[in-house]
Amino acid sequence: MDNSLVLLLLLTPFVGFLFNVFLGKKAGKGISGALGTLAVVVSFAMSVYFFMQLNASGKPIAIKLLDWIQIGNLKVDFGILLDQLSLLWLLFVTGIGSLIHLYSISYMHDDENMHKFFAYLNLFVFFMITLVVGSNLLVMFIGWEGVGLCSYLLIGFWHKNQEYNDAAKKAFIMNRIGDLGFLIGIFILASLFSTLNFVEMKQALSAGNTNTALYSIAALCLFIGATGKSAQLPLYTWLPDAMAGPTPVSALIHAATMVTAGIFMITRMNFLFDVTPEVQNIIAIVGAITALVAASIGLFQNDIKKVLAYSTVSQLGLMFLALGLGAYNVAVFHVITHAFFKACLFLGSGSVIHALHGEQDMRKMGGLRKAMPITFATMLISTLAIAGIFPFAGFWSKDEILMVAFEHNKGLWIMGSIASIMTAFYMFRLMYLTFFRDFRGTEEQKHHLHESPSLITWPLIILAALATFGGLINLPGSNWLNHFLEPILARKHEEHALGSQEYMLMGIALTGAIIGIGWAYSKYIKEGFVPKQDSEIVGFSKTIYHKYYVDEFYMSLILKPLNALSNFFRTTLEPALGNIVYGLGTVANGLGNQGKKVQTGSIGLYLFAFVIGVLALVSYLFLGQ
Amino acid sequence: MDNILNQIGIENYIFLSILLFCIGVFGVLYRRNAIIVFMSIEIMLNAVNLLFVAFSTYHQDPKGQVFVFFSMTVAAAEVAVGLAILVSVFRNIGSVDISNLKNLKG
Repeated sequence: MDNSLVLLLLLTPFVGFLFNVFLGKKAGKGISGALGTLAVVVSFAMSVYFFMQLNASGKPIAIKLLDWIQIGNLKVDFGILLDQLSLLWLLFVTGIGSLIHLYSISYMHDDENMHKFFAYLNLFVFFMITLVVGSNLLVMFIGWEGVGLCSYLLIGFWHKNQEYNDAAKKAFIMNRIGDLGFLIGIFILASLFSTLNFVEMKQALSAGNTNTALYSIAALCLFIGATGKSAQLPLYTWLPDAMAGPTPVSALIHAATMVTAGIFMITRMNFLFDVTPEVQNIIAIVGAITALVAASIGLFQNDIKKVLAYSTVSQLGLMFLALGLGAYNVAVFHVITHAFFKACLFLGSGSVIHALHGEQDMRKMGGLRKAMPITFATMLISTLAIAGIFPFAGFWSKDEILMVAFEHNKGLWIMGSIASIMTAFYMFRLMYLTFFRDFRGTEEQKHHLHESPSLITWPLIILAALATFGGLINLPGSNWLNHFLEPILARKHEEHALGSQEYMLMGIALTGAIIGIGWAYSKYIKEGFVPKQDSEIVGFSKTIYHKYYVDEFYMSLILKPLNALSNFFRTTLEPALGNIVYGLGTVANGLGNQGKKVQTGSIGLYLFAFVIGVLALVSYLFLGQ
Repeated sequence: MDNILNQIGIENYIFLSILLFCIGVFGVLYRRNAIIVFMSIEIMLNAVNLLFVAFSTYHQDPKGQVFVFFSMTVAAAEVAVGLAILVSVFRNIGSVDISNLKNLKG
């Protein structure tokens, strides 16, 4: 019973993918979209069912689908593990996935390749489920690569634009660098434990025999994999470019689900990271720096989706900060709330872009509050949530991260807090530029301004509600999530007693957020400041506007030498090698031409040679010995 | 009845066999007519058969004689195929002189 339900959960999106690939065009846009959505809704229903079951019994469900690999003493099954962590992820992947599919029906309706879009989205959900439910690292890796593939396909969905194709390739290649690290980590763990199963590895590790150096290298490699997928320094540059994809894709893949895969993986492997404190320190520092750098770049972006992209990188940085401090449950909490409000923000920005017929530059927006009241209200709620205003979801999760940081390291706490203030500033800058004051676009656009249809607004409303109340799952005091996650964490997380220090930290965080908002208010509402044209930006802000020239830096440091090297191979080495092989061929040909002269065609001669040969053999056998 | 080998002696069989074999070899090497070449090959084959039978009797071991039966059967089949080939060669080029068969030239 459970077996077939698990298969249903896993395979319905895949069936949806197959349907949309082979029959989607014939079936028409309505059916293609409806079935694509239905497939994910079925998975969501199954996730809810298993979640209820787990909540009641408390026992994780482990299913072995088939034996997969057996080499020497390494044994890997194709197995599924539905425990607290994977079910949490399943719930919001399929839940938010359903909403975004629903949204896409309306958003992508004018696109001629809508069936293809839904096929890719379904495939993505399938791989994401594989990633989450895998019982060992290798099954997870299948999903890991699969979501990367879907991300590539969807970023380059509008493939007629070469820039979009380049962005897709960039995302794929950046991820590949991280994947290499992940793969090496898997190899090291396989050689250490002779198994890749999470439960067995955890048992083996708790049994002792610590080989800390190798553990650290393995953990570091896994973390490199996570930096690729979850867009951390130094591999984060693909995520802002990934905004080339359609907005629902940005919401689903590049904000809510796929980019949190790195956090999922590290939380899964928490028992390993717990014994490698030096790697944890690296994670925390990388997370904090990423949060800070990305937030500072976000301050100066003018593309509405780019702002959200950098904000995603920054928020992911905060989650890694929490992971590095060993507060896995806090990171998971922030992943969930972030999924709610960031998906809502992206979908809201999609609604705005939809209304403006593809305009993404905030300098050409403004005053949309009256024309699009629902989009405005939902985005405002989510913005309050991400800025960390009481009592929205983001306040609770971000506050927990900062609290953990304060306990461990004041420096990290300061970095996180500054990033939060900047977040509040640029998010409200986005809101003010988009929805307040007067419209700055063309007259024609102004006439066509309209609220989006209900298929777009309903997902927004639901997500906004979740962004408001999402914090309830882990309020200080009740801590439902912490208790729920306890079985999968190797080290018990100590509860926060709500003392004066905690209230003070909450107060500081809240004050910081309000300072950020006030700063944005005075600049963009009171002074009515509109960001300058690209050419007028000078000084340090120009450096930030150009993202610290990181792309250019990578270009000159890595790409140029690589290009030069491949050019050398092409123009010098390849002809040289080719000539060697060609020369060998010529020599063999010449030898053959000479040897051919022996074949005179005279049978008498052949027979003579034959007899001589036999005689030689016989005399060797009898006389030679 | 006394063993036939006692009357003649094994070495005479060997000499005869070698003689026959050499006749075969020289026939193969010197004659140009394909049918003669073919016959020479048969002589070689039968020289070996003779040796087989002789040694079989000498060692009181019937295995050699069984072998000869087999090799004779195979030789019969081989003759049928070989003659068929020669007939077909003759039909095509009007001669069975092996000096004329130059198609194997590389």
